[in-house]
Order: sequence, then C-alpha cells, then structure tokens
Amino acid sequence: MSTQTIPPNGRASYNFPDGKGKFGIYGGKYVPETLISALDQLEKLYAQMKFDKEFQNELNALQKEYNGRPTPLTFAKRLTEYFGKAKIYLKREDLCHTGAHKLNNALGQILLAKKLGKTRIIAETGAGQHGVATATVCAKFGLKCVVYMGEVDIERQKLNVFRMRMLGAEVVPVKSGSKTLKDATNEAIRDWVTNVSDTHYIIGSVVGPHPYPMLVRDFQSVIGEEAKEQISGYEKKLPDYIVACVGGGSNAMGIFYPFINDEKVKLIGVEAGGYGLNSGKHCATLTLGEPGIFQGMKTYLLQDQYGQISEVHSISAGLDYPGVGPEHSLLKDIHRVEYFSVTDDEALDATLLLSKLEGILPALETAHAIAHLNILLPQTNKNEIVIVNISGRGDKDLNTIINKIGDKIL
Amino acid sequence: MTKISSHIEKINQSDRKALSIFLTAGFPTKENFVELALSVLENGADMLEIGIPFSDPLADGPTIQRSSQAALENGVNMKDVFSFCEQIKSKTDKPLILMGYANPIIKYGTKNFCEDAVGNGGAGLIVPDVPIDEYESFYTNDFKDFEKILLTTPASSDERIKEIDQKSEGFVYCVSVTGTTGARSNFDKNVLENLGRTYSLVTKNKMLIGFGISSPENIKTFAPFCDGVIVGSAVIKKINEDYKALPEFVRSLSYACNDK
Repeated sequence: MSTQTIPPNGRASYNFPDGKGKFGIYGGKYVPETLISALDQLEKLYAQMKFDKEFQNELNALQKEYNGRPTPLTFAKRLTEYFGKAKIYLKREDLCHTGAHKLNNALGQILLAKKLGKTRIIAETGAGQHGVATATVCAKFGLKCVVYMGEVDIERQKLNVFRMRMLGAEVVPVKSGSKTLKDATNEAIRDWVTNVSDTHYIIGSVVGPHPYPMLVRDFQSVIGEEAKEQISGYEKKLPDYIVACVGGGSNAMGIFYPFINDEKVKLIGVEAGGYGLNSGKHCATLTLGEPGIFQGMKTYLLQDQYGQISEVHSISAGLDYPGVGPEHSLLKDIHRVEYFSVTDDEALDATLLLSKLEGILPALETAHAIAHLNILLPQTNKNEIVIVNISGRGDKDLNTIINKIGDKIL
Repeated sequence: MTKISSHIEKINQSDRKALSIFLTAGFPTKENFVELALSVLENGADMLEIGIPFSDPLADGPTIQRSSQAALENGVNMKDVFSFCEQIKSKTDKPLILMGYANPIIKYGTKNFCEDAVGNGGAGLIVPDVPIDEYESFYTNDFKDFEKILLTTPASSDERIKEIDQKSEGFVYCVSVTGTTGARSNFDKNVLENLGRTYSLVTKNKMLIGFGISSPENIKTFAPFCDGVIVGSAVIKKINEDYKALPEFVRSLSYACNDK
C-alpha cells in the first residue's frame, strides 16, 4: 500500500505554496508578461484580506445567508447497508445555492474583484456549474459577466447555458481545439490578457497561475472545515477516508485541505477514466499523465510524445480536462492523497445507485467519487467512517443521462 | 555584444530599423516551408522568428492559432523544426530565432532541445509563457548558448522593464499592446506613450516592437520608438489570402524600415 511510503517527516510542516507560488516543483506563474501585474495585485490584496476581519465577516455572512452554508453532513443509511461495511456520510455541497460547491469560490473572488475596482468579470466553464456560480455573483453584485464555454459543453449542458443567460451573463462559445474546458480556459486567458485593466478572471478550480490554486483552495476549504466539525460532533472522531472527484480538483482540495495534517485520515481522489485507461480517451491525469507546463502552471498533464496537450474525454464536462491543480500533483508525489479513476459507465451506474438508495441525484462529476466506493468499501470495516464529497447535484446532466441510459430507466 | 544584437546594430548603422518576420514552422506546408523562409529573407527580412507549433498557444490570436493547428495537422514536430533551421541556415547568415511555448521544449528535454536547436543554427529563443518570475526555474544552465529574449508589455512596471532589460539577451521584445498576437487597425496615443516609456527604460539591449504590426504605415509610426519591428500575424494572413503576393508585401515592410 502506498500509505507505507509516506516520508516520516514529509508533511510535519505542510505549508504550501511557498513564497514563489510553488507546491514543491509544481505551480508557479507560467503566463505571458501582460498578466503578471494583475496576478501580483491579486496576490497582494488576498494576503491582506485573508486576515482582514471585515472581509472575512462579509464573506461568512454571504456564505450563510446567500449560499445556505453550512451544508449538512448526511448519514447515508441505505448506502451504508448496501455495502455492509464502513459508515458512509455525504457532505452535501449539492445543497449550495446554484447546486454545487462552485459558489463558495465565486463569492470569495467577487469580493476581491470589487476591492480591486474591476468592473468586468470573465470565467471559463466546463459543466456550466462554475459559469452559473460566476453569473450568479455578478448578478448579485451588478458586474458585467462573460463566460467562455466550449461548443461541445454548450451542447451537453444546455440547461446551464440557459441559466447563465437568464442571470444576465454573456456565454461565448469556444470553437478551438477540443471545444471543451481546456479551450474555454485558453480563451478566458486570452480575454484577460487583452482586457486586464478593467477585468478580473474568476478561475473556477485550483488551477492556473499563482495565486489562483491557493486562493480557490482557501475559499473551498470551508467544505472540509465544516465536515471536520460535523463528523467530530456525530462520531466523536475523524473519518478514516475522504473521497472526492478530481477534474481540476477544487471540491477535492476544499474537503482535503483541513485534514492534510491529520495523517490517519486517508484522502482519495477519483479521476475520470472515460472509456477506460487503455482507450486513450480519458482524463486520468494523475494516474497516467506526466509533469509539464500548461495554462500558467507546472503540473501533471495528459500530453503526447511531443508535448502537445491531449484531447481527452469524460462523460462529465466538469472533469473533461487534461491538467489538474498543482497542489494535487504535489499531494500525489508525497503520497498524501491516493488517486484512482472510474469509467463513464461506472459513473453512470453510481448516479442511479445514489438516486435509488438515498434520494440524491448527484452530478456526473460527483458520481465518479460514488463509483469508487465499489472498490473502497470492501476494504473497510464496520468501525470505520467514509465521507464522500457530494460536490454537486445532477439535474444539469439529465440530457446526457437520458441519451446514455434512458432505456435502462424506462 | 551578442550575435543578434550586433546584427541589429549593423542594420541600425545603415540607417534602418531591423525587420524580423515570424513564420509558423511547417506552415502552410512542410515541403515548401524552407523555400518560403528563404524568400522572406531575400525580400528584405533581416531576421526570422520561427514558431514551434503548440496545441494551446495562449498568447496568440486566431491567425497564429490556426497556423499552429495547421502545422500540427501537417505532422510538424521538433525534429522538423530543427531540420528547417539547418536548411535555412545553410543559405543565410541572418539570425534565426525560435519561438515556442514551454511544454514542448521540456518534453523534448531542455538539454537536447538546446543542443539540437543551437547546433542547427538557432541563435535566440523566445518562450512567451515564461516570465522573469520563472526565469531561474526554466532557464537552467542548459540554455547557456541561447540568447534568451524576454518580453515587456504595457502592463509591465518601470522596475520590471529594467529587470527584463538586464536579463534579456539579443534584444528586448516590446509587446505594443495588451492582448494576443494579431493585426490591429489602429493604435491610440496611450500605445505610443507606452512605447516611448519602454524605449527609454531599455538601455542595455536593442528593442524590437511586436504584436499587431500589419503595414508599412504601422512601421513608420513605431520607428521613432524602437530599433526594429516584428511582423507575424499579418504575414501569416497574407500567406492565407494571397500567397503569391507575399514577397511584395515583405518588400513593402522592409522598405518602410529604411529611415528615409
């Protein structure tokens, strides 16, 4: 087991990123010169706001009164009985306003954007959840919002496109490359390079140049902090396992981060295996990728023999990304988090499983974490506790689900 | 003085701004690329900037993005780029500069990349996604034989421009506007003010202006603020629209670089 390979004092002082925005060798600021001053400005402001009482109070009030936090930690009784092993709890980010964890970050960043005096917000989106979250905060704070979204994703997440437009955002279809999240991110970066003086870029995951991976992680850490308090209340102890899906990796970093120094809590990230690891059509970046430089960061990437970024595939638009947050790359290398993958089909089955046993329709992204329980639970015992991060709800995926397994359901 | 800067100096001494032309390696075809590059040089380009195609060129606008994509579809890889360099270099003394994003370079292996690139006649290197903040992480000793050309932008502070000038070799690449590569129809007063500011801060190196320059008129506008200009997207556009007119277009750009 890889848990045996943890260096004895590898994380006694886990404190990343360092002063240069690095997570070990990963992270950094690999962007065109034009963006450096905006990144520096953001970094400086955030360093102040992180410890600014007024800012934190304002954010906490929004999280409570607008986002609906704290989200519950639900004991999954029938799912637990189904496996007959460890007790399973679900951290209910699907109950956040707008239906996913994405708003936690968008709220934090919109407050920063206002302090920076920016009047225009841009974002990239895959599944549309981050786009909806960004459009939502822009509506609430009265800022102009432009969301870049790949054409393929616009098709498979139509409902969210409609939602963003209702919220007053402009959704720009991206036609380059694989027409998915990676290309939407390229286009958002190009917009930012062009309009940097009045525009703030709300990145939706723990990816991109420093300070974004840190900033998004910090804003998402509310998930893990709440879960820690909740499980300690219910069970008088910490969980044995935490499971989360990983695309860029923001819901996972959010729930993992407050537990990183709790060595006995095993952290498990689940990537999208697409059509299978041998198919060449998957997003198992940490499982099969290798380090490279892409979209502002050094991190594990899926790439070909020439260093061109691969065209990847997942049924879930939110996981359909050839990179991963740089902190995950470090956590993999130091063996603090173990990463697995599940296929499209396994995720679809898990969607039905959670719906039928718990009355919770998870997002296809989240369903990857659920699907991994089939591997994990048989290895556990009844005294153990597993928390699964239910990063979002699945209403947005009904089109895809009907197309794929509509027959099974009818 | 470096190879590239002394070349620019010689051109400037003959009352002329240096003209650097950007071409995407292996575009529009692999077979005719060397011939195309040589024709650009014969028609008045003083240097060539050869773009290494990348799947995700985030500093580039639509024109160069598409040429990069087309080159990849033509099957162009790093070995081809070096082979082009070698063939071009055998026919000219003018400097060749490679422009490429970080990932294909580290994937090839930085040591091998530098040996092969310099060995085949590459004199300078521009990596648009490596700012000075990552200079030490990226430009290891492997890159010692390359003249590493760094970029300034209108968003760079005075302090940064001075630091970029100190670290840059060959010349300083002054990006005229915030934004991606691609032709612009006009440049406002702020653009010229910023060029003036940058030109006065760049003291160690020669300075070439790039991004958005598409016509002899643009070159005349920028001439007071630089030692040379770089034209990329406009050339690629000309290749797309009217391939046969390219030599004449390059001659018109080159003519505009003469001081009188």
